[in-house]
Amino acid sequence: MVVKTRKKPDVWTTVSGFFLLFFALFLLYPLFGILKESIINPGGEFTISEFTKFFSQPYYSKTILNSFKVSIAITAATLLIGIPFSYFYTFYRLKGAKTLFVVSILCCMSAPFIGAYSWILLLGRSGVITQFLKNSLGINIGSIYGFGGILLVQALKLFPLVFVYMNGAFKNIDNSLLEASANMGCTGVKRFFRIILGLSMPTILAAALVVFMRAFADFGTPLLIGEGYRTFPVEIYNQYLGEGGGNHNFAAAISVIAIFVTALVFFLQKYATSKFNFSINALHPVEKKEPAGVIGVLMHVYCYLLAAVAFLPQLYIIYLSFRNSNQGVFLEGYSLASYEMAVKKLLGRSVKNTIVMGIGSLAIIIVFAILIAYLVVRRASFVSNTIDTMSMLPYIMPGSVIGIALVIAFGKKPLALTGTMIIMILALVIRRMPYTIRSATATLMQIPMSIEEASISLGASKMKTFSRITVPMMSSGIISGAILSWVSIVTELSSAIILYNNRNITLTMSAYVAISRGNYGLAAAFSAVLTVLTSVSLLIYLAVSKSEDIQL
Amino acid sequence: MSVRINIKNARKQFGEVVVIPDLNLNIREGEFFTLLGPSGCGKTTLLRMIAGFNSIEGGQFYFNDTLINHMDPGKRNIGMVFQNYAIFPNMTVRKNVAYGLTNRKIPPAEVKKLTDEFLGLVHVDQYADRMPDRLSGGQQQRVALARALVIHPDVLLMDEPLSNLDAKLRVEMRTVIKNIQKSVGITTVYVTHDQEEAMAVSDRIAVMNGGVIQHVGTPKDIYQRPANLFVSTFIGRSNVLKGELMVKDEIPYIKLNSFEVPMLNIRPEYLGNQKITISVRPEELLMQKGEGDGIKATVDDSVFLGLNTHYFMHLEDGTEVESIQESTIDSIIPNGSVIRLMINTQKVNLFTEDGSANILIGVQNDIETQTREEG
Repeated sequence: MVVKTRKKPDVWTTVSGFFLLFFALFLLYPLFGILKESIINPGGEFTISEFTKFFSQPYYSKTILNSFKVSIAITAATLLIGIPFSYFYTFYRLKGAKTLFVVSILCCMSAPFIGAYSWILLLGRSGVITQFLKNSLGINIGSIYGFGGILLVQALKLFPLVFVYMNGAFKNIDNSLLEASANMGCTGVKRFFRIILGLSMPTILAAALVVFMRAFADFGTPLLIGEGYRTFPVEIYNQYLGEGGGNHNFAAAISVIAIFVTALVFFLQKYATSKFNFSINALHPVEKKEPAGVIGVLMHVYCYLLAAVAFLPQLYIIYLSFRNSNQGVFLEGYSLASYEMAVKKLLGRSVKNTIVMGIGSLAIIIVFAILIAYLVVRRASFVSNTIDTMSMLPYIMPGSVIGIALVIAFGKKPLALTGTMIIMILALVIRRMPYTIRSATATLMQIPMSIEEASISLGASKMKTFSRITVPMMSSGIISGAILSWVSIVTELSSAIILYNNRNITLTMSAYVAISRGNYGLAAAFSAVLTVLTSVSLLIYLAVSKSEDIQL
Repeated sequence: MSVRINIKNARKQFGEVVVIPDLNLNIREGEFFTLLGPSGCGKTTLLRMIAGFNSIEGGQFYFNDTLINHMDPGKRNIGMVFQNYAIFPNMTVRKNVAYGLTNRKIPPAEVKKLTDEFLGLVHVDQYADRMPDRLSGGQQQRVALARALVIHPDVLLMDEPLSNLDAKLRVEMRTVIKNIQKSVGITTVYVTHDQEEAMAVSDRIAVMNGGVIQHVGTPKDIYQRPANLFVSTFIGRSNVLKGELMVKDEIPYIKLNSFEVPMLNIRPEYLGNQKITISVRPEELLMQKGEGDGIKATVDDSVFLGLNTHYFMHLEDGTEVESIQESTIDSIIPNGSVIRLMINTQKVNLFTEDGSANILIGVQNDIETQTREEG
């Protein structure tokens, strides 16, 4: 009797091989390069002095602590403001609910530094609100820079993540569970904490971890508004391109530490989601109630105020872009002068680069994501799992680490790519693919295997089945994931800041350069273009995905 | 063209777990053949081996004289109907049905003609240009059937096709399926765990348990003379009682507690005193009031169901039994009554003590006939 346990190699074996090679070359090899750089000094000798330097000098080691502190504070704040927001949104028929939803999504996906920049202009040393309060009311609101500023900006930017996650969980709570709870004498606030939050615990946890990782890896906000409060991702960048010409070995060592920390968080998250995963599915979803009386008014006030404050920075930037300005000062009157200057300062090239690189990397991302999703869902194996894990790792790695890793790996022959558009596209693909992979995987899991079997038994080849049946059925998931990838590509800062040069500058980088040079009108113009671009993309996304169960 | 399916020494394992150890089965040309068994018995696994979606770890599968072990699923010329219908949601009903034909590079005019013919056959022609999500479950199932049949397959495979439908539609659809199968005359292998559904549609049934075929036969054979105790309890309801077989003056008797009754249809090889397991269906226990011959039993409860009345009783030794009597016009026997039970010796089945074999004459099990023929 012949016992066959091995499957015949086919097209997918080749595809697996390709991805193993791809990630080995463009992810593992660069990361290995960083590791090597961190322990081999310029003289070619092995040393751990860079690590001892980091951990022995509080000036450096404190950055890790700072990052943890501010990320935890941000996570707590987003939960605190996001959960009530979501609760009112799902359980009550709020007026203009759709607007609230769209606005929060727009806030969440804005470019990483726009919030920080705009808040500085509002509440900073010479901010509009600060000046107004000081001059007319004599109130000094204190400094927005540092811990408080990062917290404010990031909490307002990231609470929509909690909102979206919690909406999904709240919607899946079956009304009969609430009735059963009321039947047993548990109502009101007690019921909210014991039943509603209890049932949503896995989601709260998932949302908290996503917010934490985003906050931890965030680069743009602390860079602008952090000032003396030095966080980890910024420190990597400072060491790499710092004032003193940069210390590559030390930057590499910090990057290695960053990789370990984020990997730890990543596996913690994987473990937590598998551990706290119970599925609830509502047969009788909770009917939305009419918000009545004073409470109803307060609910509206809370939700609209929150959305308005969160959205304010983007509106304010657009407003400022039409103001007259002179370097760091905004003047009276309105004109298109900032835009005219932007056109002179590479606006055309920035937009063109952004679009070319965006579309290029997006095309690669879509093809890769479909193939990887198929491998993971339909060809589950050790190899597929490895590919999946590798593809997800960059999701939480600080972008500057990936930027530095790519420079170290491809700064010299045989693969000298530094300074080219290719290396920027590579960074974008590696960093922004996880969005699309996740939504493609989720969609594919919903498609029963028997649909493909039906096609094969009707005489279609594996490839034809894949292209004619599987991919079209995945398309909604792919498109929604791809738009999110697109938005994050367009707003990419942390890896681009390491990899860009004048030739392949992007919109985000142009805006950042203008800010860092203190050219506020120009910065506002670039930021406004960027904001409009991302907003339009997101509005398309919301129209395409129709449902509100989006994966951020 | 229909085929006969011969399966020899089939073996299936997932990793180290052996699901089907060694299975032999002959399915005749044009018959409606059902694999019936509890979940996990290997029936779907076997069907998917025939379809080519499961690898075959051992043995040979033949369509007529063609070995199909290594043939691609798409080349086996099989029509398959899935439990969840597996309708392509991105294509209209018509495109779904035409899909298999276009893969076979049939000219468009011919495709249209065949598609129309089969859409009509299953009565969904008026929905031809709708998207599948606008069809009901029953309509989707009809489309799935048309899609499977339109390619003129050699074999039609159906994997629990009715289990997602509601009870009423299930009964309606099984008639539809049976009629269409008869009119097309195609060899059909049908998988279900619903014994009533199996009896309603099948020419022959294979009852499976633990990856082993227990009994192959017509619905009547299987119900009336089940090959072993498992089949007897899986098909319909049965009271399982412990008793003895005694031979007195060359006449065999069943002995159950103090009750004895002659049984004349024991297979010769089993004649001899031994412990046996008696399987009596509820309708085969006849209740008699008052003293007299029979097994003494006390009525615990009764349920009036119109046509019949169910009685739940216990015997002297505490064994619980169940009986179905045609409802009579006079009153129901009250709880606590002591009555006598007679066994319908024509219908009762007797098994060896371990239940592994029926010891009566008249068991028709094709799996044994087949093994004997092949020697």
